[in-house]
Amino acid sequence: MELFGMIITGIGTIFLLIGNLGILRLPDVYNRIQAGTKCTTLGAFLTIIGVGIIQPAWFWKCLLIALFVLVTNPISSHAIARGSHKSGVPMCDRSVVDKSKEFEEYKATKATIKIVAFKEKK
Amino acid sequence: MLKKNVENKYWVKNFLYLFFFLIIIWLALTSTFQWEELIVGILISFLLALFLNKNYLKLGFPPLSIKRIAVSIVYFIVLFFEIIKANFDVAYRVIHPKMPIKPGIVVIKTGLKQDIAKMILANSITLTPGTFTLDIIEDKLLIHWINVKTEGLEEATKIIGERFEKYLKVIFA
Repeated sequence: MELFGMIITGIGTIFLLIGNLGILRLPDVYNRIQAGTKCTTLGAFLTIIGVGIIQPAWFWKCLLIALFVLVTNPISSHAIARGSHKSGVPMCDRSVVDKSKEFEEYKATKATIKIVAFKEKK
Repeated sequence: MLKKNVENKYWVKNFLYLFFFLIIIWLALTSTFQWEELIVGILISFLLALFLNKNYLKLGFPPLSIKRIAVSIVYFIVLFFEIIKANFDVAYRVIHPKMPIKPGIVVIKTGLKQDIAKMILANSITLTPGTFTLDIIEDKLLIHWINVKTEGLEEATKIIGERFEKYLKVIFA
């Protein structure tokens, strides 16, 4: 059981290492966030679960901590990404497509519909 | 008025589900069956369920039922496998010497109505292969994709959103 836990913790550590490597290697903010969230999610999850398996008395507490990591991780990465997108951080040269203009137009149409409805109410 | 009726109708059932859920969490955390611990756990679960139940339906969650809980568990298992796939995918792209990435920002559509369902969908997308959510307006999501396969709205929706939406639609039906 202890060996199994150690193996799982080891795999988790490897994922954390790859995540760090990704933050160093990838070209722009958005891609770095990809590496930062993806690899750390499973890395932290496996590391914590592995500790729980090594020490069975802690297993359920470790599972709860891991679930909290799983729930909060996407929210923080989304906040960073949205902030950098709003403040106009450019994408790297290798980017293929950028539909954010289309999205802004959609937002504008929705906003005008809301304003018209509001005025009609008045 | 209608909303109040719905709340009253599901009140007792919902309360019992929450109560049992909290007791299971308590048992998992204490992992003992001594009667002192059990009594404290039942008291705390009762009080918490009483408080939580008031705000539960206001948040937009549907009333609990066996079917919804079962689908949620299936959804979590699917999500977990998707997370593992995501990690191997991104790890491969990072380690590969040429870095085979094709980043881009695409728009997808969702058929979900409740805000809370959209939030769960957005968070699930953030956790899975090379995609994360930048913004949501009404029924459209702005998504950064590390390996863009299609640019069209319908195709992107099919690849990114569909696999979660079919479960969420059952849960929030």
